[in-house]
Amino acid sequence: MSLIVAANITKDYQTGDVTVRALKGLSFEIEPASFVSFVGPSGSGKTTLLNLIGCLEKPTDGKLMVAATDVLHLDRKQNASFRGSNIGFIFQDFNLIPVLTVYENIEYPLLMVQNTPAAERKQRVNALLKAVDMTDQKDKFPDQISGGQKQRVAIARALVTNPKLVLADEPTANLDHKTAYMVIELMRKMRDEFGTTFIFSTHDQKIVGEAEIIFTIEDGELKGKESKGGGVNG
Amino acid sequence: MGNLFKIATRNLLRYKRRTLLTASLIAIGVVFVLVFISVSGSFKNMMIGEITDSMIGHLQVHRKGYVASIETLPLNLNLKAGAVARLESILEKQPEIEAYSPRIKFGGMFSNFTETSSIRLTAVYPEKEFRTTPFLPLRVVEGSNELKQGKILIPELLARGMKVKVGDTAVIVATNQDGSVNGKQFIVAGILKSVTGPGGRDGYLHMDDAREILRMEGNEISEFAIRLKDFGKLHGFSEKLEGLLSNELNQQGKPIFELHTWEKLSPFFNVARMIDVMTFFIKLMLIAIVLTSIMNVMIMAVYERIREIGTIAAIGTLPGKILNMFLIEGFCLGVFGAITGTIAGILIVFIVNLSKITFNFGQQVGLILRANVNPVDILFISATVIVVSVVASLQPAFKASRMEPIKALRHV
Repeated sequence: MSLIVAANITKDYQTGDVTVRALKGLSFEIEPASFVSFVGPSGSGKTTLLNLIGCLEKPTDGKLMVAATDVLHLDRKQNASFRGSNIGFIFQDFNLIPVLTVYENIEYPLLMVQNTPAAERKQRVNALLKAVDMTDQKDKFPDQISGGQKQRVAIARALVTNPKLVLADEPTANLDHKTAYMVIELMRKMRDEFGTTFIFSTHDQKIVGEAEIIFTIEDGELKGKESKGGGVNG
Repeated sequence: MGNLFKIATRNLLRYKRRTLLTASLIAIGVVFVLVFISVSGSFKNMMIGEITDSMIGHLQVHRKGYVASIETLPLNLNLKAGAVARLESILEKQPEIEAYSPRIKFGGMFSNFTETSSIRLTAVYPEKEFRTTPFLPLRVVEGSNELKQGKILIPELLARGMKVKVGDTAVIVATNQDGSVNGKQFIVAGILKSVTGPGGRDGYLHMDDAREILRMEGNEISEFAIRLKDFGKLHGFSEKLEGLLSNELNQQGKPIFELHTWEKLSPFFNVARMIDVMTFFIKLMLIAIVLTSIMNVMIMAVYERIREIGTIAAIGTLPGKILNMFLIEGFCLGVFGAITGTIAGILIVFIVNLSKITFNFGQQVGLILRANVNPVDILFISATVIVVSVVASLQPAFKASRMEPIKALRHV
């Protein structure tokens, strides 16, 4: 069964008297444990689409199922709970909590969202610290580590709750090329290790090639789907 | 909950200067209130103690209508022997009463054989009076406080004005109820320090001497001064005694007695009330300071952390938890301000007491300002500051909790 099923979804924004259609009837499916990229130029609708999949916004029209849940009908609280249980986020600016250490940032979703018992928390955080190779830096605060390290912490934080899906909006935009590749590699490794679906958006053509499934978006429309090994679907 | 406190504390420490400034503002407010309450409260209690323990007693019982004419000390409104006996029988049965003292009050002329002046006199049974007003013996600045028959205690101002010393002979002349005049020679046993309030410049003599001068045959009494074991139970007891006395009726079926607490007998009560009103307004000012400073700082905190709020909301933090996060931040700021303010306030009160600052009030000169910090006041002020801090954080915290994660994440 598909992890994400989007059917003819549209998203309109109201700017004064003008209605702007950011997404124009997108339909697609994404299978579990996929490594997916949405590519397209700035303003094409990638971020909007990721926000819809991440239940941060609701489509104006269409149908969207995430992890077998019709996310259109979740209220504010249900939305928060759903995100906390099923979705991990990786942000372009890392968005780590500055007053928490690396360890505490990774621990945060377990502690404040899922109320996981202390022993289990410790075991999961330490496992992820090891997986992203940040054990040595665990007591440092975000302003004491590099951009690449921050993104590794963000990946660990996104994975710590064992979500079905991790969404990363331009996760490499603020990183140099070498670090960007390392981050994408780490994401793939995490997918292999934990079986989590990773969806990331990018406009960096070199990074795009790292994805196994690539959706191309232009002007709010899905222009194509490319699976590793060829095959383009419109 | 512990983690919310950890995050709140760290967020406060993140903006050290602002936190320190806000906490200092709250602390200064707490210091002002604490010192004012301590000094004014101690002054009030000291004055009430002086007035009740050296003259008035905690409450007084008179014949109905006496207090309305108290300035003229009317002998015709004295309680007659029968009423006195009935009243004493009631008072004896009250376990709340520490002591009571019957008094005859009258006006007369005081002569040292060369000069004559008017004098207000209170006739007492010394033992009963000293138990009812224990500060009275302490007011004797010269001579002895032994008030035997033929001896008189005269007020300081009169002694100074008429150059009368302890051991001198003087004559008291008074008019009795029938209008005839009588006099009696006395030895000045002691000189009393004047105090502010009714009766503060009265002379004292023995009850039997007063009866002799006034040619009273029966056991007539102008007033009964009463001292309670616990001053805090004054109003409760007053109501109880009032109920008992209202059952005592004369032949016309009207009440014989009237009861007044010290508050209705001393003008200082108005000063005390004024102090209470001022204290209330000072507390209101503290609330305003805390409310505005905490609200300001919390609004700033929410505004500066919009993207952070968006992040934690996006990763699934429930709105209630975000609300608590900011409420606890306001709470911690209030607690910090209250603790530092209380410590500073106690320190200042301690210094005030060490300095032994003196002041004059009415007839009393050189009173030493003694400020006492009441633990109940500390608790009340601290609780007020903390509650107001949380209330002030409510609006910003609510705003943070209601923020749409996507809008917050887009915030620049």
